[in-house]
Amino acid sequence: MQVQAREIGTGLFVFLGFAALLFLATQTTGLDEFFEDSGYSVTARFTEVAGLRPRAPVTMAGVTIGRVESIRFDRYRLDAVVTLRIRSEYDTIPEDSTASILTAGLLGSKYIGLTPGGADESLEEGSEIFLTQSAVVLEQLVSRFLFGGGE
Amino acid sequence: MIFSGLDLTIPQGRITAIMGPSGTGKTTLLRMITGQLAPASGDVRVAGQSVPGLPREQLYQLRRRMGMLFQNGALLTDLDVFENIAFPLREHTRLPERLVRHVVLTKLQMVGLRGAARLMPAELSGGMARRVAMARAMVLDPELLLYDEPFSGLDPISLGVILRLIRRNNDTLGLTSVVVSHDVEEIAQIADFCYLISGGRVVAAGTPAELGSSDDPLVAQFMSGAADGPVPFHYPAEDYRKELLGGG
Amino acid sequence: MVAEPPGFFAGLFRSLVRGIAKLGAAVLFLGDILRSSPYALRRPRLLAEQVHNTGVLSLVIIMTSAFFVGMVLGLQGFDALARLRQEDLLGAVVALTLLKELGPVVTALLFAGRAGTAIASEIGLMRATDQLSAMEVMAVNPVGRIVAPRFIGGVIALPLLAAIFSCIGIFGAWFIGVAVLGVDNGAFWTQMQEFVSTEDVREGVVKSIVFGIAASLIATFEGYNCPPTAEGVGMATTRTVVTTAIVVLILTYIITALLL
Repeated sequence: MQVQAREIGTGLFVFLGFAALLFLATQTTGLDEFFEDSGYSVTARFTEVAGLRPRAPVTMAGVTIGRVESIRFDRYRLDAVVTLRIRSEYDTIPEDSTASILTAGLLGSKYIGLTPGGADESLEEGSEIFLTQSAVVLEQLVSRFLFGGGE
Repeated sequence: MIFSGLDLTIPQGRITAIMGPSGTGKTTLLRMITGQLAPASGDVRVAGQSVPGLPREQLYQLRRRMGMLFQNGALLTDLDVFENIAFPLREHTRLPERLVRHVVLTKLQMVGLRGAARLMPAELSGGMARRVAMARAMVLDPELLLYDEPFSGLDPISLGVILRLIRRNNDTLGLTSVVVSHDVEEIAQIADFCYLISGGRVVAAGTPAELGSSDDPLVAQFMSGAADGPVPFHYPAEDYRKELLGGG
Repeated sequence: MVAEPPGFFAGLFRSLVRGIAKLGAAVLFLGDILRSSPYALRRPRLLAEQVHNTGVLSLVIIMTSAFFVGMVLGLQGFDALARLRQEDLLGAVVALTLLKELGPVVTALLFAGRAGTAIASEIGLMRATDQLSAMEVMAVNPVGRIVAPRFIGGVIALPLLAAIFSCIGIFGAWFIGVAVLGVDNGAFWTQMQEFVSTEDVREGVVKSIVFGIAASLIATFEGYNCPPTAEGVGMATTRTVVTTAIVVLILTYIITALLL
């Protein structure tokens, strides 16, 4: 009887532990990461992506519609190629939409905001967003303001 | 350095006693026989095999042919008496449960503790624990049985029981026994042959009777238990008078 | 000021050498455990018994501490976020703190105090009463029979305990934040899901596995190598807690720096 109580206790403990792990993995994190592969990816070229990280949100009208999948450097064109993965349900985004790297708050993390264009064709797997607006680097902005560069 | 130039032979099928004052490394000697310690130089041979050089597998094979009774029994505290004795069987054999039970109960009967099979080690008296340990040491029917201070701290009745068991094991099972002890009287009753070691070497060897009548002062002092002699009563110190008067 | 004793640096050097020697001995001991673990893995009953001893018996202390740690995080987090007018972020802040850092670290410290000391004193007592020697003479490797099951049991139990700790902690914070202080329930959870990524969960799990290895190794090592006396066993348990605390805090920094 005592042996049985011990076995039940051990089993219960292991069950509880894994239940807790499952809870942490699913309930505390954004679920969409589990459905990442359902969706289509598009690319966009930026001259400056400072501060943007993989997994950063991609938003349109303030709603998260996807995530940044990868960021790599093009050694010939010397710019950054960002791959975005957008959920398959949002398949009506015009081809000529603009992608901008924005900042949450003044010093917050970087994300990508899409502004809709007017074309009839929609973005689909493998298409490229040609209209992009690069990240604003705060240091450059400040120095331009202080030292009255170029313009 | 505990031993220097120690050389002794254990005759097969006999009870050999190894005696000596406390701290002469008697237990160390046993640990060398079982291969838990290796001598810095020299050799230990058991059943024709050199123990210090044996790889682990073969050492473990050799150890299955030995049993050892530790000073306080060294029973596994989380197992009851029955399981303690069954432990070597379960580890080294694939005997069916019925046979395990049979062997364990036979050994328990031999030490007179069959009724205590389900007690935990903490519930046993010192003498009982040692008898259980003896049953455990014998459960694989070893050829060599080592006893480390089997008589210390026992009441006269338990002492008598242990003495009789050691003698009987040796005679009826034909095994070789080595008893490490400094209890002269008890050794005299059971040992066939004695070694007296002191200062890292064998100072005397012979039957208990021969040692008892020895005129070597060290042997005589040890056998009679005199307070002063070649082993001095006083720990080495400055002259008593000088130290008392010298202030400090 | 008293001048430094002349042997100060020599003493420092000696204790440094001693420390390095001990680290080396512990690593070799780990190798010994791993070599002997097939023995333990073939005996699931022994393992289950140790998971019970280390996990189930630590469960009450883990759950109680977790709930209070969570409530404190809820209070402090709410206070700090309210000054920034960002109370909605409470769930995210609490979950990140617990998952990445506090869960694994506090669990490891409590584990050292509850299960680690029990393991060290149990093995130490076996050493002091010759049980380990007796096993060796019976041709049973005590590292496989005694040490490995306890080590593996600890390595299994600690990550599970840490996960339970983080969960209960989040509910503790939810209780204070949402039920008592009136943070919006939906905001609490959605903000959490917005900011916590699976990588954060993974970081916590990696940490708790590493801590499980470290805490179990330290406890078994101290017990196995303790002087066979009553004081020796006492010192081994004390050293288990102290060493585990220091090692865990150093390791958490190293892992965080590596993973960030």
